[in-house]
Amino acid sequence: MTPLLQVEDLRVRFRTDTGIIPAVNGVSFVVRPRETLALVGESGSGKSVTGLSIMRLTPRGGGCRVEGRIRFGAADLLALPEEDMRAIRGNRISMIFQEPMTSLNPVKTVGEQIAEAIRCHRQIGRQAALDRAAELLHTVGIPDARQRLASYPHHMSGGMRQRVMIAMALSCEPDLLIADEPTTALDVTVQAQIVELLKRLQQQTGMSVIFITHNLGVVADIADRVMVMYAGRIVEQAGTVPLLTSPLMPYTQGLLRSVPRLPAGQHQRRRLDAIPGNVPDPAELPAGCSFRPRCPHAVAGVCDTTLPELEDTAPGHLVRCRRWRDIAPAGA
Amino acid sequence: MTRYLVHRLGQNLILLWLVSVIAFTVLHLAPGGPLAQFALVPGLTQADLARIAHQMGLDRSLPVQYWEWFRRMLVGDWGRSYRDTQPVLLVIGSHLFATLELMVSSTIIAVLLGTWVGVLGAIRRYSLFDYLATVGAMIALSIPTFWFGLVVIYIFSVKLAWLPAGNLYTVGDGSFLDFAHHLIAPSLVLALVTVAIWSRYMRSSMLEVINQDYIRTARAKGLRERSVLIDHAFRNALLPMITIAGLQLPTLLSGALVTETVFTWPGMGRLFLDSIGYRDYPMVMGVLMFSAVLVLLGNLMADLLYAASDPRIRLD
Repeated sequence: MTPLLQVEDLRVRFRTDTGIIPAVNGVSFVVRPRETLALVGESGSGKSVTGLSIMRLTPRGGGCRVEGRIRFGAADLLALPEEDMRAIRGNRISMIFQEPMTSLNPVKTVGEQIAEAIRCHRQIGRQAALDRAAELLHTVGIPDARQRLASYPHHMSGGMRQRVMIAMALSCEPDLLIADEPTTALDVTVQAQIVELLKRLQQQTGMSVIFITHNLGVVADIADRVMVMYAGRIVEQAGTVPLLTSPLMPYTQGLLRSVPRLPAGQHQRRRLDAIPGNVPDPAELPAGCSFRPRCPHAVAGVCDTTLPELEDTAPGHLVRCRRWRDIAPAGA
Repeated sequence: MTRYLVHRLGQNLILLWLVSVIAFTVLHLAPGGPLAQFALVPGLTQADLARIAHQMGLDRSLPVQYWEWFRRMLVGDWGRSYRDTQPVLLVIGSHLFATLELMVSSTIIAVLLGTWVGVLGAIRRYSLFDYLATVGAMIALSIPTFWFGLVVIYIFSVKLAWLPAGNLYTVGDGSFLDFAHHLIAPSLVLALVTVAIWSRYMRSSMLEVINQDYIRTARAKGLRERSVLIDHAFRNALLPMITIAGLQLPTLLSGALVTETVFTWPGMGRLFLDSIGYRDYPMVMGVLMFSAVLVLLGNLMADLLYAASDPRIRLD
């Protein structure tokens, strides 16, 4: 199947007062039609920057450089003139963000804001756009959709606002939706509702979704494939089931062990394992494997020499670890 | 809303009363007095002076004098000028137009120019334009208004003879163009400080808004950069400026004081300065109270306007 989106060797660097910070270091992946790809990693792993790079919404000004190729259809998004990119943004690729509380304009009604997104790409009148906005609000599960058009964002809860953001993102029936931690800022019960909503909409519309998250529970629920990022690189990539049941990369194993759960039929509590240490400073990545300083399996002379390659271990399963054969796939 | 208005008006009345007490006290504590102008008149004896003081009511205690002034002011009798015995309110009325003309025109200049400079400086942050605007604002804020006024007069009136050196209009002309011609120099001089302040506030307000999440959302929709900046960023950045505009009124009034003096502009500012020189108590108090009312009303209007423009604010 031809991929919908093909990212090749994406590199993003930020120039700051203290030096150049590489946020994304050569990331390549594809997104296929109708699939949901989860992008998982800790804060600072480069997952959000990857999403923003696809939209070409990385911070403006001279401080940020994005290199590589992002193929979408026949076009390389990174080489498109701004005007052509604008026609794709919000139309064929949409994005929703982590902070529903601040992602909507406080002085415009939600109706205006959705209608604006539609009229930006479709030649329709104001009233028709508002009608469509009401339909969309209904689709994302907002009661009294027509009355809600005149509401301002501050009249709504976080979950409602995120539904509005989703309605806005879906207004032009995009081929790809990038959801950047859309549930992180919400209450747990609301999180589940939003995930269910996204799943339903994905099935109805047949769009592809890049779901950026650090929540592995959500990943199990929504994703077809998972890509784990660490320090700006992909460290493991596999189908959701293999990745969650037999992860090969010690980092993925650590992430899974740090998810709290009560195993069925087993009532004694299990100790929660945190991964020791912190995400490395991207400006001073350690030699060899970036995860080595925190890795329980690290071996001197093997892991600290050169950067491990991303290896095929099984069809569709990639891992960046020199010792994956020696480490038992410690799953859930 | 009504409750809010009643509350605010009540607050403002108390404030006005405090202003009157403080102004009255300070004014009477200042050395010299209205009688000083008679002191040099030959042939006036101490007894004559005492009689004049008694006639003017100046020999009574301060609280009694205040009460007398306050009681009359409430019913609209603001007293008569010591200088020419004209009713205070009438004199203020005849000077009001000149001051308003100056303030309105310089406010228009300041808002238009300051907004433009501030917004452009924010959009092109750290550009040459931004640096020049920053340095320019610092210079504009540091230049004393009276000196800048004199420089403008020297260059544009004395040397180049492009602009009149002062006054509201040319006697015998008084056409609209003549008024406008006379207005250029003083309103530019008065606007200088306000442009500087306004552009700095506008720049930081715009910068703050540009980095908000909803601006990223607007871009993610695929909107043109111009609509992102105008419909989304500028509209939000203007909100705090409404309050700033209200707070600028006192600056403008005190600026008018100096500007009007330099440009022999027959407005309230010059009237105030002249009246202080004469210790013309009723006149000074009148102008002070009038300015205080203007400032308080301006702030109240700014708050109402803010509430009307920002759907998140409800007044109650």
